[in-house]
Amino acid sequence: MINLEIDGKAVQVENGATVMEAATKLGTFVPHFCWHKKLSIAANCRMCLVQVEKAPKPLPACATPATEGMKVWTQSPAAVAAQKGVMEFLLINHPLDCPICDQGGECQLQDLAVGYGGSCSRYTEEKRVVVNKNLGPLISTDMTRCIHCTRCVRFGQEIAGVMELGMAGRGEHSEILTFVGRTVDSELSGNVIDLCPVGALTSKPFRYAARTWELARRKSVSPHDGLGSNLVMQVKGERVMRVVPFENEAVNECWLSDRDRFAYEGLDTEDRLTRPMVCRDGAWVEVDWAEALEAVAQGLRETVDRHGPASIGALVSPTLTLEELFLATRLARGLGTDNIDHHFRALDSRARFAGAPWLGLSVADLPSLQSVLLVGSTIRKEHPLVAQRLRQGAKKGLAVNVVHVAGDDLLMPVASRLVARPSGLVAALAAVAKAVAEAAGGPLEGEVAKAVAGVAVTEEARAVAKGLVGRSRAAVLVGNYAQQHPEFAALAAIAREIARLAGATFGVLAQNANSVGAKLVGAHPVAGGLDTRGLVAAAPKAWLVAGFEPERDAAMAPAAIEALKKAEFVVALSSWRCWAPEYAHVILPIAPSAETAGTFVNMEGRVQSFHAVTLPRGEARPGWKVLRVLGTMLGLPGFEAEDIGEVRAAIAPDLDAWAKAGLSNELAPFAFTVAAPGTGLERVAEWPVYGTDPQVRRAPSLQRTADARMAAKARMNAATAIANGLALGDRVRVTQGGGEAVLEVAIDPALPDGCVRIARGIAATVWLGEGDLALAKATGEAAA
Amino acid sequence: MFARAKEIASSLLLTELVKGLALTGRYLFSRKITVFFPEEKTPQGPRFRGLHALRRYPNGEERCIACKLCEAVCPALAITIESEMRQDGTRRTTRYDIDLTKCIFCGFCEESCPVDSIVETRVLEYHGEARGDLYYTKPVLLAIGDRYEAQIAADRAEDARFR
Repeated sequence: MINLEIDGKAVQVENGATVMEAATKLGTFVPHFCWHKKLSIAANCRMCLVQVEKAPKPLPACATPATEGMKVWTQSPAAVAAQKGVMEFLLINHPLDCPICDQGGECQLQDLAVGYGGSCSRYTEEKRVVVNKNLGPLISTDMTRCIHCTRCVRFGQEIAGVMELGMAGRGEHSEILTFVGRTVDSELSGNVIDLCPVGALTSKPFRYAARTWELARRKSVSPHDGLGSNLVMQVKGERVMRVVPFENEAVNECWLSDRDRFAYEGLDTEDRLTRPMVCRDGAWVEVDWAEALEAVAQGLRETVDRHGPASIGALVSPTLTLEELFLATRLARGLGTDNIDHHFRALDSRARFAGAPWLGLSVADLPSLQSVLLVGSTIRKEHPLVAQRLRQGAKKGLAVNVVHVAGDDLLMPVASRLVARPSGLVAALAAVAKAVAEAAGGPLEGEVAKAVAGVAVTEEARAVAKGLVGRSRAAVLVGNYAQQHPEFAALAAIAREIARLAGATFGVLAQNANSVGAKLVGAHPVAGGLDTRGLVAAAPKAWLVAGFEPERDAAMAPAAIEALKKAEFVVALSSWRCWAPEYAHVILPIAPSAETAGTFVNMEGRVQSFHAVTLPRGEARPGWKVLRVLGTMLGLPGFEAEDIGEVRAAIAPDLDAWAKAGLSNELAPFAFTVAAPGTGLERVAEWPVYGTDPQVRRAPSLQRTADARMAAKARMNAATAIANGLALGDRVRVTQGGGEAVLEVAIDPALPDGCVRIARGIAATVWLGEGDLALAKATGEAAA
Repeated sequence: MFARAKEIASSLLLTELVKGLALTGRYLFSRKITVFFPEEKTPQGPRFRGLHALRRYPNGEERCIACKLCEAVCPALAITIESEMRQDGTRRTTRYDIDLTKCIFCGFCEESCPVDSIVETRVLEYHGEARGDLYYTKPVLLAIGDRYEAQIAADRAEDARFR
């Protein structure tokens, strides 16, 4: 520990701490631009100059290590003179366009200029002008305003893992730019907007839309991935104008993924539902709530009377709040059916977890791991901020090992990587399991031992095992892709066995904001009811569909749509119109999570409750209220809650303890066989980063990003393209499971031979089913 | 004793009445100050704070850049502004409303404006016949500005040396 004195006040800091850290600890503000607690020290803005005893010149507080007995003055005449001088230099080239600058009112330079700047400029020469850059659809630039703090550059290098912005030139000619013709495409790029201390990088969707002082700030939780990032939604009137992170070290630190940041645009779209609708004689009429709910109650009651309760099926989205899922589950069980499921993305629901599968450790612990094995996870796109945590760990020696169907660039050092075809993923992981058994010196046990007996260990598998075994803190994490894989149960069983042998924590990366919560409230068959696949096959007489778009969100979309169309009565609870008018009989508009109070349980079992940020649009109502009234109308017990607090109390008196108690990654033994990898064409089907839920899909700016444009293409490696007579930019007719799609060909060298990456959840690929894939060059026609 | 005698004398001699009538008489014969509005008008200073107007540059481009400082400074919350990026990439208002029934004519909006866009003119004779007539919108305010631009510019020029 070091003792020093700042402005006459004594403070004690860790060895190696800087004067800035000591000042922060004391609560003394030292003006700064380039310094940021999460980024490396650059000391290039010189704003934090302070006077230090025995130092001939002022020193930058951010880059000066604290030493024993040091005496620092931050407000002395010498220090203030230095700071004023730096401010005058910074303002030489900074335009005085605060009135039209989006940063105006929340600008560090503006604030500090008031405190440290002169009342007028002595500079009379011409100011420098820098050409604006196109950084893509999310970030707008006014490069003349840049003060070269390089926070954005350091963010790219250190946090996002890719240096998309850099500083070229020297002195007055230095400017921030991308590589020629490139845009900023990182899935974390929006954070540079927050980092930029001036108005050089601002939000493009928010551009000129409002001023910071007009916005009310309301806390919320992101509904878009399993992390549950804490947000501040900034609201003007009843409209969310923008979203910024709410700092929470345990969850999202001070970052936010672009998906969480810009998805708010999806709240204000043309196809938002604002009134309940009922289909009468083939025509949709808008009715009031009482009439619509009566129609639903009557429809459900008639179905129960005529066909029995087992003829009702309920599919609820894991992006709904805990309260909504709880009431929907209670409604289904109250009607006497166990046919309720939230795993509509799963092709395999045979894995039997003892509780709600979760991460197995806290998100904040990820960087301190020594080794991690990612099984079937495109982690950068699935959980961008979890990938960021692993990236921080990788810098400190965390060995990242990957078994996946694509060798995507994780933008972090990867210790070992095994890329398999989708049909060979189980075999690849089985080989890893055997290699781990070899390396750990312990035998495989149970069903896994039987299943993998015939699998040969490859060198690649040994490399993965070497990266995993013998580390004191390791984790085996199963990603979204693995959970959507047709052999998930086998993958989970093997992954768990690998974790046991390697002494690692077994964890599941929850796919959606409330996947853990949905499992906790029991929104899945528990007493022999039908799961999604069973329901789609059985085609029940009545459906309750809540919070998702079956045509885009369900893994077996074409079959699900068919089953829905065959039903006698379908009630859809949705915030957006979607395709609901095609299959539903009653459509009830419910509020998306920004407009309702609720709770999400994230992948680490953290219970996060939030309030509504705005009122619901039109006559849309919070889902929990709709379900509550519906339950009462049906005469079911347990729907008496008057407010959200009572619903929460009905779930459990202490939600935190309840959630912790319900988490379990214990797996029931599962017998399986390891099939040899196929040889034909295979589809790598994932929900793309900007296609994960209805709100994201409707956010126009996100849909213009490079990621979203790439997701609309059929991607394959060059060898596969040549083998199928295709070239970059060709149109290809993709046929699978009776459906077809016409897509543009893109070359992605990360994919194994014979694999084509075709996204789910996008308009073009809705009709692609399961089964064999066929490609044919399409000539002279537009993409579907 | 002396005060008492003086009081009796003045009440008997009606001195108060005479004083009053003298004042009346003075005004009766002095120069009249009544202004026969609207035929006659009182003089106005260049800083007169009357009806608002939005100005344009000589090339016809509206001055307002939607910085919203007037909206922020308005103590009566009479100004409502909505902004967006215009096709040419500039920051512009899509809505600029002043509720003149709320306005207290303090002139803060004019003072805060960095581009001399919102100004208060010398116009004071305006009225509304229906509810909402005094809710002035952007086109109306721009039209007022166009109509009185010569006067507005002359007033600003005259006042410029004091700014």
